[in-house]
Amino acid sequence: MSDTVAPTKPALFLGYAKIGLLGFGGVAAWARRVIVEERRWLSERDYAEVLGLGQILPGPNVGNAAVMIGRRFHGLAGALLATSGLYVGPLAILVALAVFYDLYGTTPGVAPFMQGVAAAAAGMVMGTALKMAGNLKPPIELVAVGVLALAAAAVLRLPLPLIVLVFAPLGVWLSLRRAWRAEAAK
Amino acid sequence: MTLLLQLLLTFSTLSLLAIGGANAVLPEMHRQLVEIHGWLDDATFSQLFALAQAAPGPNILAASVMGWRIAGPAGLAVATIGMLLPAAILAWFVAGLTQRLRGATWLKPAQFGLVPVAIGLIAASGVIMTEAAGSSWLAWGIVAASTIFVWRTGFSPLWVLAGGGALGLLLL
Repeated sequence: MSDTVAPTKPALFLGYAKIGLLGFGGVAAWARRVIVEERRWLSERDYAEVLGLGQILPGPNVGNAAVMIGRRFHGLAGALLATSGLYVGPLAILVALAVFYDLYGTTPGVAPFMQGVAAAAAGMVMGTALKMAGNLKPPIELVAVGVLALAAAAVLRLPLPLIVLVFAPLGVWLSLRRAWRAEAAK
Repeated sequence: MTLLLQLLLTFSTLSLLAIGGANAVLPEMHRQLVEIHGWLDDATFSQLFALAQAAPGPNILAASVMGWRIAGPAGLAVATIGMLLPAAILAWFVAGLTQRLRGATWLKPAQFGLVPVAIGLIAASGVIMTEAAGSSWLAWGIVAASTIFVWRTGFSPLWVLAGGGALGLLLL
């Protein structure tokens, strides 16, 4: 919680470049890994709160978090550096793949190697969710909100905007209610 | 109206609809690009989205390759800017708002109330990725081992990604 380190501008760009380039199957797991564990720019809780806010705004949550984290440390320059770090590398790779696809009329086949990587990436994403939940220890009613959101998205396959619309206000209300009760009990 | 301007407007609108990221806006993206404007056919749309998912980085970049396919490098630039900028500007102002409200005692608990939704949705994408990764015992074994490795240890996930790839190469 205590020993976080504010990144310099180049460090902000490089950290986000790493997140973008390693982010197979989405960048959420790597973003947390780099920001909370490796570079310690933010505490687990700070990062989760920024990500939560990024989740209810339009756009990718990690991209929104990049704008907000960049701004927090270095204002407009920080927001631009974090955002460009996140997108520039993957964009270059994607264009190269698309050109390859145009030249040869086929995507580079999903080789067994990539199947194995995809399975490991799926586990990485679930492990990240478990780790965040374990570190943050949300109270039981918020755990329930998280599990319901998980079921709505993974089992019922409801549209994400609907899930956010229902569960974000519910989570906020439950969390505020707990804070008010703690306040009243003092 | 020129094609590029139309692209810019279309992707800017999509940007503000994308609550939950790329996967949330996929149906509307398909409706706009394939059904309404006829810029891409069905097969190309699916292939480009799969390509963006297979590549590293945020899946929202699918918009960039689609713009590139529709109108070349200028299309790529316009689609990327259209998709990223409106949402980024909104995030910028919301970040400013939270900085201004920092002293408010309700802000932290309110923000913490959003955290379970974020974690639940990360877990959900893990589940969906597991289904996509194949239905063999080996694939499930790799998923389980990787989940435990990332959850219980502090080592870099690069180890499991490489290990998963190597196992896939040997056994799948």
